[in-house]
Amino acid sequence: MELLRLATAGSVDDGKSTLIGRLLYDSKAIYDDILKSAEQVSRRQSAEYLNLALLTDGLRAEREQGITIDVAYRYFATPRRKFILADTPGHVQYTRNMVTGASTADLALIMVDARNGVLEQSRRHAVIASLLGIRHMVVCVNKMDLVDFSYDAFAPIRDEFRGILNDLNVENAHFIPMSALDGDNVVEESARMPWHTGGPLLAYLEQVDVTYDPGERPLRLPVQYVIRPMRHEYHDYRGYAGTVADGIVKVGQDVEILPSGKTTQVIAVETPDGEADQASGPVAVTVRLADDFDISRGDMISSLDRAPRTTQNFDATICWMSDTNLLREGTTLRIKHTTRIARALITSLSSRIDINTLSAQPDCAELKLNEIGRVSIRTSTPLVCDDYTYNRTTGSFILIDESTNETVAAGMIGSPGFGDFASS
Amino acid sequence: MNASTTYKPVLPDAGQLRALESESIHIIREGIAEFDRPCLLFSGGKDSIVMLHLAVKAVAPARLPVSVVHIDTGHNFPEAIEYRDRTVERLGVELIVGSVPDAIASGRIPESTDPGASRNRLQTPVLLDTIRSNNFGAVYGGARRDEERSRAKERVYSFRDEFGQWDPKNQRPELWSLFNGFIHPGQHIRVFPISNWTELDVWQYIADQEIEIPSIYFAHEREVFERDGMLMAASEFLRPTAGEVVTTQMVRFRTVGDMTVTAAVPSTATTLEQVIAEIAATHTSERGASRADDRTSDAAMEDRKREGYF
Repeated sequence: MELLRLATAGSVDDGKSTLIGRLLYDSKAIYDDILKSAEQVSRRQSAEYLNLALLTDGLRAEREQGITIDVAYRYFATPRRKFILADTPGHVQYTRNMVTGASTADLALIMVDARNGVLEQSRRHAVIASLLGIRHMVVCVNKMDLVDFSYDAFAPIRDEFRGILNDLNVENAHFIPMSALDGDNVVEESARMPWHTGGPLLAYLEQVDVTYDPGERPLRLPVQYVIRPMRHEYHDYRGYAGTVADGIVKVGQDVEILPSGKTTQVIAVETPDGEADQASGPVAVTVRLADDFDISRGDMISSLDRAPRTTQNFDATICWMSDTNLLREGTTLRIKHTTRIARALITSLSSRIDINTLSAQPDCAELKLNEIGRVSIRTSTPLVCDDYTYNRTTGSFILIDESTNETVAAGMIGSPGFGDFASS
Repeated sequence: MNASTTYKPVLPDAGQLRALESESIHIIREGIAEFDRPCLLFSGGKDSIVMLHLAVKAVAPARLPVSVVHIDTGHNFPEAIEYRDRTVERLGVELIVGSVPDAIASGRIPESTDPGASRNRLQTPVLLDTIRSNNFGAVYGGARRDEERSRAKERVYSFRDEFGQWDPKNQRPELWSLFNGFIHPGQHIRVFPISNWTELDVWQYIADQEIEIPSIYFAHEREVFERDGMLMAASEFLRPTAGEVVTTQMVRFRTVGDMTVTAAVPSTATTLEQVIAEIAATHTSERGASRADDRTSDAAMEDRKREGYF
């Protein structure tokens, strides 16, 4: 089984930290000394039960204020699978941190409080996860202990949320009624909800398949670094190092080098394990080619069919992340896309997207911190790219402020998978 | 709470290690491609050994275009220093030693006379001096996010200002694998290629790749005494005080650091397989078991990291 990268978003009240604490605790990823320290603090806070959030909130300020501020990464494993969990804050003022956590995840856990039904916050989390290209979601309907473990409380929430996820084109949605505090349906099957036959959360996470068949996909290999050993025995060696972003790279394969458009043949594929006949993503490889072209960092090695776009102009959806500057038309920034760095001019800002209602506000003069909008961009050199919905690596970019060097935006080329936003 | 014991820590399978390996190589290549002068912090400990092994793979068959830096407190395990020198020689890379004893002798930093003080914290100014005087823009470190909770918050590319300080509340957003390495003169980036590895992943990879590690990681007989619930090695740098009894025991080290703050654990594990089995079954975290410096306060590591510690 491949390792599973998942993201979760939530705030103190909906039990997200409790759920993560429970997953870590019950899967034995928490050591005794860490637990003992959390127990001591819980006692000092006069809590009636162990405050599981203390196991996850890492910074002094977070523990003092009882909130999650920044993304934290958690690691746990079962006999079947290893998990990397990006734990992100749920409040709207931390949208950029949610976007950050979701950018590397294959699956999102969404929390819903069974007492309150589907609130704006859960809906927003689903929108952000979907915007970031996450195709697998698990909706945890939590605090079932407070609604008498009743199917009648669970079913309407599930049905309403299923509708939202259908609208977002989420491929695979799974619903679990649980009580994270008591452990019902987290690691152990709950005896108090016999009507739920889908099993507990951990069992689902252990077997969910998030892979795709690379054989069906065209090759994308962004050149990261050119290896030219200054050693006598490797006099003519020139290797192109990079991580396979899509498809398969094979010895003997004809490939195109972009943006130059020259074609050549792969004569060797070296993986971290040594020479191989082929490799597929995301493996770090070094390839050697039949011809000695001038190829450098930022170029793309692609299959001849279904080649990516080479363009200086494209539309994108961006999440603005600067708390000091605003994004306006005419702003110039640095862009990092795959392994290429260029300058980017925002030629138009067409709309701001309301992530609660999924509506587009067309007369938009600027984007503020945490706002998501649709822009057109012109770059100083051509980028070799795909739509984000087609490939998360060749379709994503970041924007960097040229004077402060801060990362100020996350960008996704094209429009999100759930189509055009309705104008409000 | 009602503890359940269904799951025990388990060994990662080969496919999952391969995924971590490729991710780390990708990060290392980004740093080498984007920075004029990267260096790699190397202590002879298992995490920096794995990082160096990955860095060699990342540029093979070329030689590693990176200086190896050791911040030396003077309180070293001789086995780790011998390993360091042999490894640097084998790889043909430049070794730069930042010496805490030299900095104390020259009056650059004062040595604390407080009995609870160690030289661990004194490493920070020496590290920052070494980075500054060599103009290193990128500093590779072998820190892992599973080690400690403030590290769980740290970026793969961790920005440091002119004073080497980490500001945990104001970190650059880090998206996909698009790392932002832009800095002004005097600033630097700490690059953590094995951020996503756990302690068990590191051990399993060492076994999988048959990487040589210093002998002190395996069970051996050593003179130790108990202090603050931990087994400290008796050495010229650390002597027992009144009431502390020295005994000879079979021990191994779970981490390799300054001898005065690195504790041993009782062990009979003399092979990698036995070490891995012990770690998979342990109930105490790596730092809780073996780092006296992290027990000072609940946020000891966060405070040291803010000052520029690795």
